[in-house]
Amino acid sequence: MALQSLDITARSATTTPSPSVRGTLQVAKLIDISKCIGCKACQTACMEWNDLRDEVGHNHGVYDNPRDLTDQSWTVMRFSEVEVEQGRLEWLIRKDGCMHCAEPGCLKACPSPGAIVQYANGIVDFHEENCIGCGYCITGCPFNIPRISKKDHKAYKCTLCSDRVAVGMEPACVKTCPTGAIVFGSKEDMIHHAEGRIEDLKERGYGNAALYDPPGVGGTHVMYVLQHGDQPELYAGLPKDPHISPLVGLWKGVTKPLMSLGIGLAVFAGFFHYVTAGPKEVDAHDEEKSS
Amino acid sequence: MSRLIQRYTTGERNTHWVVAIAFVLAALSGLALFHPAFFFLTHLFGGGPWTRILHPFIGVLMSLFFIAMAMRFWRLNHITPADRQWMGRIKDVLCNRDENLPELGKYNAGQKILFWTMVVTMPLLLLTGIAIWQPWFAPYVPVWLMRVAVVIHALSAWILILGIIVHVYAAIWVKGTVRAMTRGTVTEAWARHHHRAWYRETTGK
Repeated sequence: MALQSLDITARSATTTPSPSVRGTLQVAKLIDISKCIGCKACQTACMEWNDLRDEVGHNHGVYDNPRDLTDQSWTVMRFSEVEVEQGRLEWLIRKDGCMHCAEPGCLKACPSPGAIVQYANGIVDFHEENCIGCGYCITGCPFNIPRISKKDHKAYKCTLCSDRVAVGMEPACVKTCPTGAIVFGSKEDMIHHAEGRIEDLKERGYGNAALYDPPGVGGTHVMYVLQHGDQPELYAGLPKDPHISPLVGLWKGVTKPLMSLGIGLAVFAGFFHYVTAGPKEVDAHDEEKSS
Repeated sequence: MSRLIQRYTTGERNTHWVVAIAFVLAALSGLALFHPAFFFLTHLFGGGPWTRILHPFIGVLMSLFFIAMAMRFWRLNHITPADRQWMGRIKDVLCNRDENLPELGKYNAGQKILFWTMVVTMPLLLLTGIAIWQPWFAPYVPVWLMRVAVVIHALSAWILILGIIVHVYAAIWVKGTVRAMTRGTVTEAWARHHHRAWYRETTGK
């Protein structure tokens, strides 16, 4: 749910500028995967704060629980067992959820004015009261995050606790994380903090440790420190170079105004043709011949 | 006024108008979700969610009745050498220099092109529409396929809307045409002027 008190930089299905004269600090959440122990306290805190209760699911023989993101589970831990080096098993645990892209594909695809907003601080939020349930946000998202509720047919995802952030608190998952694997602050500070962590990891033998802040979507307001920064796919299929699909770009980019213009021109062409050439009428000869 | 001849049966006319009304509703609700400039059209359908709910059902209705109509008119829409000649003289058509035009059967090349445009776009709209139909079918469709579907859906709809604009304009432009689809009849003079081969065939003159 969105908050009116935060300044808005972008609004879905809106062709004029949003109220954005005030500048706000850009915020970010940094998830250090090398520090995560997979306790799922963040999942619990998310449900607690947001008053969500997912159904008790089934055991699928893996640690992932629930199995996937849902309208009730806005974040899930994804466990991957990998052997980057032969004989050295690693358990990579990634907290999955909305990445809060600087160029959000969901917002680009959304046809309902104000159903998706991007605040000046970088948080991308869904206004469910404006959501029409079309699912276009799913086609726009490069990270497969939005979920349509079976109960009310509206789209849901992580809000980055926009309600908490608006009053100067950190997101619930950050507050609860027992190992400090999740930290929150200004985007600048988080990048700086990550640099220190990456240096540390490199010293400990993770030569490819890197910050995940993918430029294909303009950077994100949820970032990861990855031990294997050169292979983000190892982390339960985190995309290496995420970007809005060119099909969505085409559909929501040039075609929207051009096609609308084409329809308008066709109507005017007809009108002016009638005024210029006049109606096509049966001539007297035909009247005579056929009578 | 000259005598009247039958052009469309009652069944043909009713089928046409079901398709036509469904098209107008589908186009208005579809445009509402296509560009923010048209979003206000959702008010005609009871708001955003209702537009999203109704649009696919209207589309299915349109497609089903179109299939019935297409099967009936299929045979009459094969392109003939006279049609090619007519297309070559499209300037004369547009400038009302009808004396330079060849004799035509029940339909001219413009009408036939619209027919085949609909034969192609209607199934495309139906199939891609089902792929993105929330909440019934879309949850079972992979995201990449939904992305392909939305683009094809928008493009097909655009082509169809342009085709129908031309179709409606032609009916207004060519005097004496609308009654063919409202009353089912046209004057013999109209038939002789615009579709002489069909006129000869029908009247034996």
